[in-house]
Amino acid sequence: MAHLIEIIYGTILNNNIALVYILGMCPLIAISTNVKNAKGMGIAVVFVVTITGIINWPIYALLKSTGTENLALLVFIITIAATVQFLEMFLEKFIPKLYNAFGIFLPLITVNCVVLAVSLFFVNREYTFLETAAFSFGSSVGWLLAIVLVAGIREKMTKNSDVPRGLAGKGIVFIILGILALAFIGFTGIANI
Amino acid sequence: MKLIRIKYTKWYNIMKDGLSKNNPIVIAVLGICSALAVTNRVDNAIAMGLGVTFVVMASSATVSLIRNFIPPKVRMVTYMVIISTFVILVQLFLQAYYPNIAKALGAYVGLIITNCIVMGRAEAFASKNPVRYTLVDGFASGMGYTFILIIVAVIREVLAFGTILNMRVMPSTWINWTVMAMAPGGFFVLGLLIWGIRELSKYYEEA
Repeated sequence: MAHLIEIIYGTILNNNIALVYILGMCPLIAISTNVKNAKGMGIAVVFVVTITGIINWPIYALLKSTGTENLALLVFIITIAATVQFLEMFLEKFIPKLYNAFGIFLPLITVNCVVLAVSLFFVNREYTFLETAAFSFGSSVGWLLAIVLVAGIREKMTKNSDVPRGLAGKGIVFIILGILALAFIGFTGIANI
Repeated sequence: MKLIRIKYTKWYNIMKDGLSKNNPIVIAVLGICSALAVTNRVDNAIAMGLGVTFVVMASSATVSLIRNFIPPKVRMVTYMVIISTFVILVQLFLQAYYPNIAKALGAYVGLIITNCIVMGRAEAFASKNPVRYTLVDGFASGMGYTFILIIVAVIREVLAFGTILNMRVMPSTWINWTVMAMAPGGFFVLGLLIWGIRELSKYYEEA
């Protein structure tokens, strides 16, 4: 149990998937213009990443037992696309409130590299099932934290600061991300995963 | 005479757009994850760039070949399957012939699938154009991407390790900037590069 908590803690802070592994940048840059949308997208990612991580683990075990690991990429991407599609239909039918809150972000998640990366990382690190679940949950919460932080800073910046024209819009996000990533280096060594 | 005439053909325009006006990284800000994660050394950047170029060209051509048979509702999934097939090819090729680079790139080779450039070209260009143009377009986008990747990687490798392609270029008294090899260095270098290129090409985004 302590090990699982360590994994969750470590993936949120000192191995943050957005700020240390630099993943999921396209949606992070595109959707971080205001905090509300960023939160919606982030929560949708937490859902999808946790679910696909849990589904992909037994599938990979099956592939491994039949000796067809090379197909893992193809199978993972199909699982992800199917899960997203299914989740969208499920929410629309049964929890329309939630669907209205972040339904529009769901189709975009298929091309969010965090989802695929989490599946590839647990393969590389040979995690057990429980470790995979903790890792998927922690990584996606880390991503949520990063996108909300960036969105908050961007929202304040558009009101109060004078950004050079060439950097305006998407350029300045890189500088913000760089400074945040520097700050997150400070967490290094707290948890060992 | 022929050289002058080639300037005004569609081929030339597609090529030019991919390299400058529609450069996937600097102008459209796509495909950033791999651009930052693998550029701490020049050889990784070259391998990644060529891999992406191959995948863009091959998948665009395939999508364009079968574009009239894909039902619009399931086109995304179809693109995904086509793209991941070619990515698996790249992965196996690297593992067989360049095991060191395959190891350094790790999971990022698989992540070419979710590189928005590949998907973007399939959706925006290949689904509407004949095969011969998609090949040029794929090559141009891939090269525009590789070009930026190499610039970022050269800056980062020189500052972080004092080398280019593992050859020493800085004097031995050079103190390595370790932070350049980590995530923040990548963010800063790419951010400043985008600033510079946008100032030069007078491309401004309304915030």
